[in-house]
Amino acid sequence: MTDAELDAIIDAMLPALGLHAQPAWRDAIRMNLAVTYRMGATVMAFPLPDEAEPAPVFEA
Amino acid sequence: MTVRAAIEATLTNIAAKDRVLNAFTDVTAERALARADAVDAGKVTGPLAGMPFAVKNLFDVKGLPTRAGSAINRERPPAQRDSVLIERLENAGAILVGALNMGEYAYDFTGENLHDGPSRNPHDIARMTGGSSGGSGGAVGGGLVPLALGSDTNGSIRVPSSLCGLFGLKPTFGRLPRTGSFPFVSSLDHLGPLTRSVADLAAAYDAMQGHDPADPFCANRPAEPTAALLNQGIDGLRIVRAGGYFRTMQMPEATAAVDRICAALGVAAEVEIPEAARARAAAYLITTAEGAALHLRRLRERPADFDPDVRDRLIAGTMVPAGMVIQAQKFRRWFQDAMAHLFQTVDAIIAPATPCSAPLIGQKTFVLDGVELPVRPNMGIFTQPISFIGLPVVAVPAAGPMPIGVQIIAPAWREDIALRIARHLEATGAAVAQTTKDFP
Repeated sequence: MTDAELDAIIDAMLPALGLHAQPAWRDAIRMNLAVTYRMGATVMAFPLPDEAEPAPVFEA
Repeated sequence: MTVRAAIEATLTNIAAKDRVLNAFTDVTAERALARADAVDAGKVTGPLAGMPFAVKNLFDVKGLPTRAGSAINRERPPAQRDSVLIERLENAGAILVGALNMGEYAYDFTGENLHDGPSRNPHDIARMTGGSSGGSGGAVGGGLVPLALGSDTNGSIRVPSSLCGLFGLKPTFGRLPRTGSFPFVSSLDHLGPLTRSVADLAAAYDAMQGHDPADPFCANRPAEPTAALLNQGIDGLRIVRAGGYFRTMQMPEATAAVDRICAALGVAAEVEIPEAARARAAAYLITTAEGAALHLRRLRERPADFDPDVRDRLIAGTMVPAGMVIQAQKFRRWFQDAMAHLFQTVDAIIAPATPCSAPLIGQKTFVLDGVELPVRPNMGIFTQPISFIGLPVVAVPAAGPMPIGVQIIAPAWREDIALRIARHLEATGAAVAQTTKDFP
């Protein structure tokens, strides 16, 4: 995602979540969001069947 | 020597050395001496009688606010009760001497803390202890206490064990109750011990086992003691080395450490853990989303009171789409099944604990496979896929110029296997907690 796309998400989400971020925090939030969405893309790319369900009680 | 005299000596040692190591945030001297008198009087007995210990400051200690490494939590009222694991250790005779420094709200792999200052590595005080149980690593590595408790959501017991040259046990998810500890990620939080010997590790672990319904993730299983099994050796165990993902993204000392441990165990076979990178990514997502949800109110009301490194990660974590987190949880089930399948043909897997030995305090980046990466989230690249599905791991110290650890990963509920292998490595001299010149 581009910085502009990430900034658009941040601009939309901050008020939706009731958060206030100072301008000086923006670069770090954007960097962290970029990493998070890269991780998300990796996870979303894995094909799971519709029947796949998380364990309701997780016991290793 | 009386237990009181031993505890007085421990307190004197802490007072002298912790000015440098900065492992402790609270010393509970009065309480410890009272407890020592009870042991001396025969009112408290048990396998850990007289053993001093300390806990990461996210454990409730009666009479102290549970700060969890934060400035914000210092405003909490003092805890009314000890955490269940402290109660169990003290019922076995151990003596709490204090609470330990940690990364803010456990979202950390460095052992640095903006509010309390960094815990310092006893092997080189210019270097990190590793986090987030940094004070736990420093206190045991520096010889201040023989036993500390830490928490491990993505590697926070195993990383400081590695960097401080210690044995650390992250038990199976659901084995030890988390009741009376400040949470981070309820899907992934584990508690466990760090020590300088496998016998102490097993004794402490055994004393803490048992169901507690107050932790809804604690499995209702009977205790399965391990201390008597430690010296059974490794004959018959099918041990392999993790390849693929676990052969990448590491500095030479990490590879050499695994080489040494595998050589000591006679391990030549290698397996690839399927989808390890994706498992790490899924653990990352669940962590940031659940952690952010936990702290959302504080992020709204007082964001300036957080450590900025933690706050800005958490704010990003509030913006994870629900579908990603749910997919990560579904993938967790898939990965759990895949690893259970793998463990049908092996009994233990050897893998690096950290990609390198301790970085310098304040170091923000390092280079792995030619790519400059931030230290804080990447010290856990080898621990994170394993705790993601709750497998038990013992981190063992593999000697080097600076300490670095290796993970012994066992099937679910088979802590005994990992401990037996660790004990074999200790007995043969391949994995020994290193002493330091300045903190012997």
